[in-house]
Amino acid sequence: MVMDYMLSEEEQMMIETARAIAVEKMKPIREHYDEKEEFPWEIVKEFAQSDLCGAYIPEEYGGFGKGIMGLVLVVEELCKVDGAIALSLAATALGTLPILISGNEEQKKKYLPDIASGKKLAAFGLTEAGAGSDATGMATTAVKDDDYYILNGTKCFITNGGDAEVYTIFAKTNPARGARGISCFIVEKGTPGFAFGKKEKKMGIRASSTRELIFDNCRVHKDQLIGKEGHGLITAQATLDNSRPGVAAQALGIASGALDEAVEYARKRVQFGQPIASFQAIQHLLAEMATEVEAARALLYASARMIDSGTVKRTSKESAMAKLFCSEVAMRVTTNAVQIFGGYGYTREYPVEKMMRDAKITTLYEGTSQIQKNEIALNLIKESAAKSK
Amino acid sequence: MNIIVCIKQVPKTADVQIDPETGRLKREGVESIINSFDEYAIEEGVRIKEKTGGKVIVITMGPPQAESALREAVSKGADEAVLVSDRAFGGADTLATSYALSSAIKFIGSYDIILCGKQASDGDTAQVGPEIAETLNIPHIAYVKKIELIDDKSIKIERMMEYGCDLIESPVPVLLTVVKEINTPRIVSLKGKMVAKKAVIKVLNATDVDADTKKTGLNGSPTQVMKIFAPLQKNGSGEKFSGAAKEVATALVKRLSEIRII
Repeated sequence: MVMDYMLSEEEQMMIETARAIAVEKMKPIREHYDEKEEFPWEIVKEFAQSDLCGAYIPEEYGGFGKGIMGLVLVVEELCKVDGAIALSLAATALGTLPILISGNEEQKKKYLPDIASGKKLAAFGLTEAGAGSDATGMATTAVKDDDYYILNGTKCFITNGGDAEVYTIFAKTNPARGARGISCFIVEKGTPGFAFGKKEKKMGIRASSTRELIFDNCRVHKDQLIGKEGHGLITAQATLDNSRPGVAAQALGIASGALDEAVEYARKRVQFGQPIASFQAIQHLLAEMATEVEAARALLYASARMIDSGTVKRTSKESAMAKLFCSEVAMRVTTNAVQIFGGYGYTREYPVEKMMRDAKITTLYEGTSQIQKNEIALNLIKESAAKSK
Repeated sequence: MNIIVCIKQVPKTADVQIDPETGRLKREGVESIINSFDEYAIEEGVRIKEKTGGKVIVITMGPPQAESALREAVSKGADEAVLVSDRAFGGADTLATSYALSSAIKFIGSYDIILCGKQASDGDTAQVGPEIAETLNIPHIAYVKKIELIDDKSIKIERMMEYGCDLIESPVPVLLTVVKEINTPRIVSLKGKMVAKKAVIKVLNATDVDADTKKTGLNGSPTQVMKIFAPLQKNGSGEKFSGAAKEVATALVKRLSEIRII
């Protein structure tokens, strides 16, 4: 049984469509893509054909217009079956949000329809070797030259890197100004001076490509600047406020999928002459997993609804809470799923070891769990200070 | 190219219950779906339209609740949907069904291709498609697994046979019944679902399609169901002959002629 989250008919439609793709198309090939570490273009085509790529993009730009809640529902449903393949879509959302949030009308018209239709994927380029949790430590620069900016530097760990067509890239336009000296640009694949470096070999999410982006005197026209010069980090923060629920949804989907696998296995696996589901040790594990998954879902949906309502200016705290909780739940639930499967769970014969590997990244990217806690605490203190004024 | 796809709403479950009194299918309390073979017919119709232009009209004969099957067909890419529904059509066998559908197709008017699934999962007769073609006096090809070529004058297809395929060319209009091998139906898009929600389903009754009610429903059904049963599976264990080659060959030939195989 699913709890009633008062989903609209259209939200139900998105879930059904995502489930159909996940079960009919992704499930049969998920081991292959994990094993081969290939990019899942055949599934991207399915996402495109079924309109899922535009779930969160407004209708006026060719999307389905269902906001962050739409993105969350789609990503969760896909990740119940595979948390890596779905990233082609989820990471595109991350790369698209800067345009959606801070882009001008021309930029939105130019890029959003192709992303909504699934014709193009996007990627978000903030992280660098020396700038992880501390984005202000980035070394990539963008130097103004008449109508152009000249980009130099290397981004790393970029999801969809190499496979995406549209990149939102952060670079220092005024290094002296620190956090206020960073700007955001749209850079298209194929722009001279923009190349791809090494592809990472990862523990999990292996169907998702993670590459370096290398900028070597890459000339980007000033029309490609998103928002104002120096406002890059504001755009990045607003983007993360909107995108972290997407990571939370990925984590929740993986956890939910692992829970289903564990319950089914516990019912079928016989030891000591009875199904292991009849043992209280297993029952209590399953009960904890199910309760945590449902609590994670409730928190995530509430955060997504809050973002979509548009009534609050910033949702940094709530987005961080959803991401922190869902990703930590995903790690615990998938680890316990492997525990319930026993030795079989550790083999690649069963899907739970992959779910455990895939879950780990959700506690790391778009801010580690520790960074989420910083964000939550900072906002708690700010809110309290504002009240006592 | 105008394409008409005939579909049937059937019970979802694979093991259909049969009323022992009437010999008819028990539909109460069972979820209804589009007959699975018809899904392939819809997909093929939409693919032809995407290639050649034109429109896909999906049509079914059934009670008012069959509308949901038509709406689903619209979500899969059909442009128009027609429900042929009248009490006078109730209790129809394959002949009366094909007559009612043919009357509706004549009413719709112009068409190039009519597509049907090879058979329905409840009745399993595989008769309605070919009977529609006979009633409309157009050619038909059953068990189509591939459409090779199609233009406004003719069509070239592969027909699936027990061993291999027949390559057949036919003038259009033509009726085709399709097998599962012909395509993989697409997953319904979100926009398709939205279009289906708002789609207007045209309902036609016996008078609208100018059907002779002597030929419809129970009145028009020469089939009388005496008894319904699952045929027994033949579990022949075979016979073995042993001995010297010459003796075995003689015994085998003798046995084969006894049972009139040679």
